[in-house]
Amino acid sequence: MTPARAFGRSLLPFAIGLPVLVVLQGSLRGSASIILMAAGINVILAVSLNVVNGFTGQFSLGHAGFAAVGAYTAAKITTGLADVQIVGLPVGLSDELIFAAALAAGMVNAAIAGLVVGMPSLRLRGDYLAIVTLGFNEIIRVIIENTPFLGQATGISGLPARTNVLWVGMGIIATVCMAVRLAESTHGRALLAIREDEIAAEAMGVDTTGYKVRAFMISAAFAGLAGGLLVHLIQLCTPRSFTFVKSIEIVAMVVLGGMGSVTGSIVAALTLSLSLEGLRGVQQYRMVLYSLMLIVLMLVRPEGIFGTREIWDLLPRVFRRRGAPPPGTAEPGTGSGGKLA
Amino acid sequence: MSAAPSTNGPVLEARQVTMRFGGLKALADFDLALRPRELVGLIGPNGAGKTTAFNAITGVYPPTSGDVIVAGQRVNGMRPHEICARGVARTFQNIRLFKEMTALDNVKVGLHHGTGHSIASALVLAPGHYREERRVEGEAQELLGVMGLGHRRYERAKNLPYGEQRRLEIARALATRPKVLCLDEPAAGMNASEKTALMELIRKIRDQFGLAILVIEHDMRLVMGVSERLVVLDYGVTIAQGPPHEVRHDPKVIEAYLGDAYLEEKRIPVPPETAK
Repeated sequence: MTPARAFGRSLLPFAIGLPVLVVLQGSLRGSASIILMAAGINVILAVSLNVVNGFTGQFSLGHAGFAAVGAYTAAKITTGLADVQIVGLPVGLSDELIFAAALAAGMVNAAIAGLVVGMPSLRLRGDYLAIVTLGFNEIIRVIIENTPFLGQATGISGLPARTNVLWVGMGIIATVCMAVRLAESTHGRALLAIREDEIAAEAMGVDTTGYKVRAFMISAAFAGLAGGLLVHLIQLCTPRSFTFVKSIEIVAMVVLGGMGSVTGSIVAALTLSLSLEGLRGVQQYRMVLYSLMLIVLMLVRPEGIFGTREIWDLLPRVFRRRGAPPPGTAEPGTGSGGKLA
Repeated sequence: MSAAPSTNGPVLEARQVTMRFGGLKALADFDLALRPRELVGLIGPNGAGKTTAFNAITGVYPPTSGDVIVAGQRVNGMRPHEICARGVARTFQNIRLFKEMTALDNVKVGLHHGTGHSIASALVLAPGHYREERRVEGEAQELLGVMGLGHRRYERAKNLPYGEQRRLEIARALATRPKVLCLDEPAAGMNASEKTALMELIRKIRDQFGLAILVIEHDMRLVMGVSERLVVLDYGVTIAQGPPHEVRHDPKVIEAYLGDAYLEEKRIPVPPETAK
């Protein structure tokens, strides 16, 4: 593959997404677009958490904490530079560039937070890691609530409304590309190997600690992106948007979609976010129905909507990606012979 | 031996390796020198410390004392993946495959440490990424072919029959390009003819890949047929070491396997089933 073709392939999803998003941007109005954007941000959160919880099999309950780091970083930058205009550029473009820089800075800071949390805590497993990450989420919230610079409990208000369908759409494409490309690379296989059997992965030459930290950092960076987009959508940055309840909501999306399934996370995030909106008509039963839906889904499909598979694994063979297992061989549960000692 | 690794020097050496778990000495002053292309059997009754020796060599637990030397370089204290990168690969007594991954991906994980592209290049699909992935794909297919698993490549590891899971584990270990292959009871749970076929395969692997192989095996007869040298452990102590025909007649070995009462009763130095 020539560098030029590789480059083209790398940017292809963005090039295809751009016109679609521009059309969507022009046609969507009012609450519909806001609901879609909020759902889209949840997609980013779920897909990025899937890298840690699904691919690597490390149970993190602190995803909203990383989103908060990204959100506050981006919010401080856009409010701080609200009156700044990049010389020689029109106001609109200058604002968009500053927003892009703010989101990028949010991703970097969130990744650093991921490193800081990951280094000491990734020696722990399962429940213990979940508790530590939950604690981290609360620490972030408490720090924010007690720091005047970050607006304490009231947060930072009056943020510019920079987030639009285009930004969220591009964010989703970037996150999904990251997850899918990671999964199909040797690094993704190293992560999956850690999930499957950490001792064997280590014995086969995978630096398990290093990979867990990297997975944590990548995942945190994209959570930071989602945080930055969220606060510039609702134009308010408060610690209440990033409590552990939010983290649990994201975990529910990942589990519901199927641990390790990127498309599953997307479908689950959209389903959960949109059904919560759809249920506004029956306001008093909304949370009851939502909870019932979760319970029923988990009872019917405990492995999640797609299990560890992707949507294209369920399609007829013609639509399959090259290199994917032929039908009937990779379906979990079809071979009762899988229960060999 | 601080000399540079030569073709004649041992590829793997254990010197006075001792493992203590609290008050228990699971392995005492274990000595071993494995030359290139040598096939050595590590035998002993249950709980003798065979797997402990493996774990000490491969870095699962750092030895309490003593040195492990791979190709002239001291590796004790290193993490298992670092020792693996220096050329020691292993299989596990209770199969530890990546169950939900395909046979092909299992082998590709073994090839992981030899890949030279970063996460970033994978995320932006840089040309080097494609090149490496294609190389890994080709090598993995080839290894599956050698182990007779080519037709199973897209099967999830957990869905393979038991014997094939054992072979897949060996293929995965070979993918790490070892100088030394440590097999922990590769024939466990197999019937007599499967065991014989496996031992033939192990010999074939040694010849084809030019490896030194250290194999733990319970079945004395089997391991005697295939290995050039035996090390016998009992209660963590090396009680005998040498060519199979010598070890077989060693009263200490017979005692460890059959008990001294047996020796006294029957007054025969060789257990009948080990005699050819």
